[in-house]
Amino acid sequence: MPLIEFTDKGLYCPQGQFYIDPWKPVDKAVITHAHSDHARWGSKYYLCHTLTKPILQLRLGDNQYETVEWNEPVTMNGVKISLHPAGHIIGSSQIRVEYGGEVWVVSGDYKTENDGISGAFEPVRCHTFITESTFGLPIYKWKPQPEIFSDIKAWVTANHAAGKTSVLIAYSLGKAQRILSPLAETGLPTFLHGAVHNVHEALMASGIHLPAAQRVTASTTKAETQGNIVIAPSGADGSPWVKRFSPYSVGVCSGWMQVRGNSRRQNVDAGFALSDHADWDGLLQAVKATGAEKVFATHGFQATFSRYLNEHGIEAAEVKTEYGNDEEETIEDTEKSTAL
Amino acid sequence: MKQFAELVYTIGTSTKTNEKLQSLQDYFATAPAKDMVWVIAVFSGRRPKRIVNSTFLKNLCIEICDIPYWLFEECYHTVGDLGETIALLLPETENVNAEEKTLSYYLEHFISILKESDEVKKAFILDSWNQMDRNEKFVFNKLITGGFRIGVSQTIMVKALAKTKAVSPSVIAHRISGNWDPATTTADDLLSESSSTIDHSKPYPFYLSYAVEGEPAALGDINEWTAEWKWDGIRGQIIKRNNELFVWSRGEELVTEKFPEYDGFASTLPDGLVLDGEIICLDTSAVDGSIKPLPFSVLQTRISRKNISKKQLTEAPVGFIAYDILEFEGKDLREEAFINRRKLLEEMVESFNHPLLLISPTLQVDDWKELHTERATSREKGSEGLMLKRNNSPYLSGRKKGDWWKWKIDALTIDAVMIYAQKGHGRRSNLYTDYTFAVKDGDKLVSFAKAYSGLTDKEFAQVDSFVKRNSMEKFGPVRTVKPELVFEIAFEGIAASNRHKSGVALRFPRMSRWRKDKKVDEINTLDDLKEMLRVYNAGV
Repeated sequence: MPLIEFTDKGLYCPQGQFYIDPWKPVDKAVITHAHSDHARWGSKYYLCHTLTKPILQLRLGDNQYETVEWNEPVTMNGVKISLHPAGHIIGSSQIRVEYGGEVWVVSGDYKTENDGISGAFEPVRCHTFITESTFGLPIYKWKPQPEIFSDIKAWVTANHAAGKTSVLIAYSLGKAQRILSPLAETGLPTFLHGAVHNVHEALMASGIHLPAAQRVTASTTKAETQGNIVIAPSGADGSPWVKRFSPYSVGVCSGWMQVRGNSRRQNVDAGFALSDHADWDGLLQAVKATGAEKVFATHGFQATFSRYLNEHGIEAAEVKTEYGNDEEETIEDTEKSTAL
Repeated sequence: MKQFAELVYTIGTSTKTNEKLQSLQDYFATAPAKDMVWVIAVFSGRRPKRIVNSTFLKNLCIEICDIPYWLFEECYHTVGDLGETIALLLPETENVNAEEKTLSYYLEHFISILKESDEVKKAFILDSWNQMDRNEKFVFNKLITGGFRIGVSQTIMVKALAKTKAVSPSVIAHRISGNWDPATTTADDLLSESSSTIDHSKPYPFYLSYAVEGEPAALGDINEWTAEWKWDGIRGQIIKRNNELFVWSRGEELVTEKFPEYDGFASTLPDGLVLDGEIICLDTSAVDGSIKPLPFSVLQTRISRKNISKKQLTEAPVGFIAYDILEFEGKDLREEAFINRRKLLEEMVESFNHPLLLISPTLQVDDWKELHTERATSREKGSEGLMLKRNNSPYLSGRKKGDWWKWKIDALTIDAVMIYAQKGHGRRSNLYTDYTFAVKDGDKLVSFAKAYSGLTDKEFAQVDSFVKRNSMEKFGPVRTVKPELVFEIAFEGIAASNRHKSGVALRFPRMSRWRKDKKVDEINTLDDLKEMLRVYNAGV
């Protein structure tokens, strides 16, 4: 019996009788992070990182939540479970599962570059590694964060000089918090779409320090926002809501912006290839660091990534999951953000 | 090169025409004169011959990046653009632009090493890549691989040049048309007033029409309009100047040598003449002298051939159906009223009396209703509908609304199921947007058409998501999809073809509707297609 099975409800540990990020309601769910494709509604019990809980509460309401810190093992039916930083968003964790000397790690979503707010990705040695592969192609190689931030700041400053409001499209949970600090360095006030502000408040309430930002409300005037910064989820792009900031310029922060066709398709003024997922080199580096004998690649370019690993002496297979909705997260993320 | 790469980047990412226009103007105002000539050349399809083919470039990239061939292919199908794929894969350059080189340096270097060995070319490409940032690499690769489609139309470029040079766009359009070599032409040669008469081959910019919106009766009094058939060939201009004949296609390609049928025109047409019309294959067997154009597919197979057989020349010769006369006895007639030009054209064609030079007949009707009835017979006549031209209209340049309208017949349609999907290119990168469709043949499904247009972005996103969840097999970039989604496929014509399994080839197939209300067993059959072939291909 494998330590973790792939079932129609999600990743299941039969010995420990718990699921990891199940996509259907179950008795016990261990959650990697609070994005809605990983943390779904309806389970009876959720185990997650301390910093993940406030967002789960915001999104899923009151449930039975148990929280742990990173590297603080708990045991379920003899199976040792511990959470380790995944560097994806605030609270995001890899799940390490150990039983009878065998170790499996479920990566959830992760990135290897330390963004300064999500915790630094920690490689965890294991026998079997279940990895995401959202950007599992060598065309995805991110510029270092400081370079992208200075591109964003330059763009915001240029818009300000032209009297235009900078509307930055970023996921409500993750990217929106990540860009706050560099934006604060421009000295311009930042306004948040309601969905972004809800997350902002929940995180602040749980003790996370974030730069100041105001909620856009019905009484927010154009004089306040003009030439300044607005952060909104992708669902807001092109909506009547965003028209109120006219004249404005739209910039999208997403790894998909790496390819010109994607930014042209979205008809945005600027695309910044800023991602919370590992790039090609990051994925390879992470896989190697685990020392795993066997790798399962999920959501993303799993077929490509696993084939590449196999050709390079690491036994790998692809697994279909319902995370990230196959190769393109953008559309689903639109819904995810607006739902928040 | 940096400046040009920035121009391409701005144009490629900008969503507003005015911004594109402004960035071009800024570029023309500051770029070296030689680079300006090359930019005009590149954006009007006059790139130098490619020094290496795309496989060469691809293999070079694979070698440097040390990745397997199949992985490169995966990347390419996701990016949807070869030049960009390579630019993304190549390692970052350490010392960008140690020594800045101009656009003309690169393009002229292409010309100078064209005949050199592969080693020389390889060394040049590697050396160039080693000095460029990602943006420049992209542009450089695009210049080598061709198809420089980056979101700038010739019209925008002409506008920008017109503003820079403070002359009207039509003057610029004419000056940069025709036969000129960017390597030997200076900006002054190309754009100054005096030189525009030197090249006798220059065509006039084509006047293109929009589709009529709503009912044509809204255009007013029918007596102010002329209606003629719209033929489905290649729009072209025949030019006779200085006793030389030039034939241009609408794509501004000089095609004189492709059509030996026109050889006779050179000695017999009057000098100082420019005709606008349709290059089209004709059926010479008609005894009553009526125009019997052959379907576009006949012309298409003809164009792709290098050598033309005697049989083809006698059975399906290429003729010219004249629509308009733009120059006569060396005089530019474009400002004249259409009706006057038409009269002159009629006299000219009649006196010339050549079996392959025809005039497009006009329709004599008293009201719009009668015109409706006539239009319904288009397909039988081998025409794709009507053209409506205002009698007192001048011959404008480019696509303009107001004086000329096309009023095409409704498309033929058939309901079909999607069976294969492939990722698109350009702005459809990483999205499944290119589909293959099938009709029923008993229990089997037979593919008969490919289409990739007609859906909204939102619908494409939905179909893309369906494909990703319901693909069964993978053949390279192609995915076999569960036959479930039904679409109405619209097309302009149907012809027999032995290149397709179904035995038919469609003209301009596209998705006209997503039939969410229909199931696979309700789609059309191969017999339905064959019946259409019998009805609409008959008599041609």
